[in-house]
Order: sequence, then structure tokens, then C-alpha cells
Amino acid sequence: MLRKKGFVNKVTIHVLLIIGALLSVFPLYWMFVMATQPNHVINKLPPAVVPGDKLVENFRNVLENVDFFGAMWNSFVVASLTTLGVLFFSSLAGFAFAKLQFKGREKLFAVILITMMIPPQLGLIPQYFIITKLGWLNDLKAIIIPGLVNAFGIFWMRQYIKDAIPDELIEAAKIDGCSIFRVYWNIVVPSILPAFATLGILTFMFVWNDFLWPLTVLRDESSYTIQIAIRALQDAYVKDYGMILSGTFWATLPLVVVFLMFNKLFISSLTQGSVKQ
Amino acid sequence: MVSHNHTNATVRLKGLSDKKKTALAGYLFISPFFLLFAIFGAFPMLFSFYLAFQKWNGFGEMTFVGVKNFSLIFTDPLFWKSIYNTIVIGLLGTGPQLIAALILAVALNSAMVKFKSVFRVAYFVPNVTSIVAVAIVFTVLFSEQEAGLVNATLSLFGISPVSWQTSEWGAKIAIATMIFWRWVGYNSIIFLAGLQSIPKDLYEAAEIDGAKKWQQFLFITVPMLKPIIVFVVFTATIGSLQIFAEPLIFGSGFREESMTIVLYLWREAFSNNAFGTASATAVSLFLLIIVFTTINFFASNRLDKSGK
Repeated sequence: MLRKKGFVNKVTIHVLLIIGALLSVFPLYWMFVMATQPNHVINKLPPAVVPGDKLVENFRNVLENVDFFGAMWNSFVVASLTTLGVLFFSSLAGFAFAKLQFKGREKLFAVILITMMIPPQLGLIPQYFIITKLGWLNDLKAIIIPGLVNAFGIFWMRQYIKDAIPDELIEAAKIDGCSIFRVYWNIVVPSILPAFATLGILTFMFVWNDFLWPLTVLRDESSYTIQIAIRALQDAYVKDYGMILSGTFWATLPLVVVFLMFNKLFISSLTQGSVKQ
Repeated sequence: MVSHNHTNATVRLKGLSDKKKTALAGYLFISPFFLLFAIFGAFPMLFSFYLAFQKWNGFGEMTFVGVKNFSLIFTDPLFWKSIYNTIVIGLLGTGPQLIAALILAVALNSAMVKFKSVFRVAYFVPNVTSIVAVAIVFTVLFSEQEAGLVNATLSLFGISPVSWQTSEWGAKIAIATMIFWRWVGYNSIIFLAGLQSIPKDLYEAAEIDGAKKWQQFLFITVPMLKPIIVFVVFTATIGSLQIFAEPLIFGSGFREESMTIVLYLWREAFSNNAFGTASATAVSLFLLIIVFTTINFFASNRLDKSGK
């Protein structure tokens, strides 16, 4: 009797989980299906649920409408440079807050924590005019430079460095005559590689997927990131959904593939980032 | 000349005590943040408060208009509609989602589940997808046509086609579904991490005392997860108040039934060139976030007290 109940439970739980997983993956699969279908299929009953034969043609139409690879490259440049900046400047500041003694350290750190609570939309309009004044409109600098270091990164690095590196190690290196930057470079950096991986994934994903700020400051097609480019595809007057979803599918694929390859690292990075906060 | 200066500087640095050098390095290392924050964070924020009391079209002269921007938006029915929409979409998108996430997490945590890592990956993949991509796919899924996938599926159950993009509730439900889809797996994995940290002997003790499964869930699982639940509700609330991309893309612009606060702000600024009222909207949004955070804060505190 008990065993039978256990079996029923097991089946119920698995059915629930499988339905959840199918619903979770289906829109992505269906995005691929639509990317391979001609436009008129969208109004056909019953709806298409298996791939068609327009994979190449739809993507060729994408290339005719937007500079797809240019936008991919822009996204890659913006996300990589921002990530590098965040890793460097956040770990440097995190190191200072965790291990260096200076006046006002705790207060300044508290200020950084408070800035995390400010909603990004509050300063959006003046930010836009600052970028205009600097002549950075339609320039990738407008995305990269303001993003080079952020409060969350500093907070994250400080917590990690605090626990990862014993104070004695730093003192010993200083006595040996290492400059403080050398201590950072030769001792801190090699010991915080896992924190770099986590913060790097978080930052790269965030910048790659960001929409509001790039939409505000990148108005010229040559400066579009991939998110703005696929939005432009969708915003066109004549809607060819095979083409729109083809662009969306190929824009989504790279990150999904990287995610599948390193899924453990991704999941732990993205969730740790929020649980520890 | 250059090398001379350099030597001077080195000599001066050598003269500093070790303590001073450390402090100097500390300030230097944290300065990039404060520099960038001053330019791109603090100044714009303060200037938003200033702009909220000015009339400005973006290039001409600014004129001080007192609280007129606020009275303009507060008498605009669309402003209130956008707040209403934001709250309704936020509640629809996060309430059911957090419950579903908790159920999925409990199911995943059960000892008998096989292929746990496969499920984790499947649940997480929507969160890697960009909001723009999600909004485009769901625009097509929730097409108004009879042949739209959601409408076609509903017709199997005898439900007539819904105009998802142009009806009051259709648009809200569709946008809430996007938010649900993108975040349910993410939150269930956060809950799962919390579940795994609950000591097993709590359940064993309850079992011996004859507690049923649902009692264990209600009196052990939920209280132990409280800090994580509070955190998730906090972030979900703030995230909901900032919804922008989904309604912009789904509604193909600025439709009334899917207008949110940030969309209203963006439209005032970059479509109407009314930067004064847009800034007044930004300030209002800021105050609204403070109000909601405070409510959350007191609610979680009260929960704390009643729990003890």
C-alpha cells in the first residue's frame, strides 16, 4: 500500500516537472519553427509546430533589412569591454574596501550600497543629455563608459576578497616590498578567479540583453546593438514574421549555446548574485 | 624635465609613511566608481529633480514652472492608467509566478526526482533569453488572429479568440505571461537553493510527531524560506515597477491598455519632447518605488513578529 502511494507520488511529481519543462522550452523551440516558415503560415490553421524549409531564405531577408552581423559585433564589443572594465575596477575597489585601511572606508562603502537602490530610470533624461553633450550619441562609448564599474560589482568583490585572502598574506607581501598594486595584481587577482567568472557572466549577460539605455542613446543603425536591431526588424511597417523570428532566433542562439555549454556555472552565477545580495 | 618631475614624485612617495601610502592607494582604487557615479549617476539624478520643475523641450531655454509639471501629469488620466497598468501587470506576472516557482522547487527538491540537472537547465533557459526576444516571440504567440497559437489552443477548449494586443485584459495577461515565463524558473532555482539548506532532521522530527506533508510545508518549509521569499518579493516588486520593453514591443508602441510608468516617462521625453513632465514622471516613479519598498519592509517585519 505504502509503496503504491510512493509510486503515484513519484509519477505525479515527474509529470508536473515535465510539463513545466516543456512549457519552459516550447517558446524557444517555436521561435525556431517560425524562423523556418514562410510568412503566410502565421495565419494558417492549424498553426505550424514543425520546422519548414525557409531557414536560409528568412535569414537572407534579415540580412537585407538590418546589419545583423554588425549589430552582433557591436553587442559583443560593448558587452566584452564593459565586462572587462567591471572586473578590473570592481575588484580593485573591492580589494580596497576589504583589505586596505583608510579613513571613511565604512562610510564610503555604505554610500555605494545606497546607490544600488536608486532606480536607473530616475536619471535617464539628464544622462541622455550628458551623452549628447559629450558627443557620444550613436557611439558605443555611451554604453561602455558609464558601465565600466558598478556598485554591485564592488559589493560582490569585497565580500569575496574579504573571505578569500588572509590579511597575513597581504602584510607579508608588503613587508617584502611589494607595492600595493603589485599585491593586488600578484596575490589578489589569482585568488579570486571564481569571483571573476561569476561577476563576468552576470555583467556580460546584463549588458548583452540590455534594452532601455541602448534604445535611448543608439539611434543610428550603424551603432545598433543586437537587441535594438531585432526590435527594428519587428518595428518595420510590413511585417514578415518568418523574417522577424529568424532574426530573433539567430540573435538568441549564441547566448543559449554558451549557456548550455557552461550551464552549471551560469546557473550558480546568476542565482548566487541575487541570493548573496 | 619629465624625468626630473618623476624623481621628485618618487622621492615624495618614499617619504610617505606606509600607512599613508596604503590609504592613498585605497582612495585611488575606489575613485573610478565615485568619478563615474558623479557624472552618470548622482548628477543626472539631482538634475532630474531640477528638471521636474522646469519646462523644457530639449534644446531651447528652460523656464521655471513650479509644480505645473506635476499638476499636468496628475491630471492626465493616462498617467494614472499607467500606474494602474503597472501594478496590475506586476501582480499578475509575479503573484502566480512565485507560487508556481515554489511548487516547482519543492518538486525538484524531492529525493525521488531523476535528471534534476536536466530540469534545472530547462527551467533556467528562458532567463538567458533577452526581454526583446521574449516580447517578439510572445507577440506572435499571442497574435490576435484566430490562427495565433494561443488562440488556436484556446479554441480547442471552446474559447473564442481573444484580441490580446488591443483589449484591456488581453494585453495585461499576455505581458504578465512573458514575465511569468522568463522568471519562474529562475526563482524556482533560488527557492531550491533555500530548500536545500533546510536541515533534514526538522522534517524527520515532524514526521515522528505525526505531521502531514502539507503541515510540514506550511510550518517548516515556508518559515525557513522566509528570508529568500522576502528577498524575491522585494526584487520582483522593484522589477515590476520598471517594466518597459515588454509593453513597448508587444503593444507596438504606446497603447493605452499596456502603458506602464516607464513607458509613459519614455514617451513624454523621447516622443513628445516634454522633458519637464518626463522628469516629473521619473520623480514620481522614484517616490512610488520608495512607497512600495516601505510597504514590503513593514509587511516582512510584521510577518517576522507574528512568526515568533
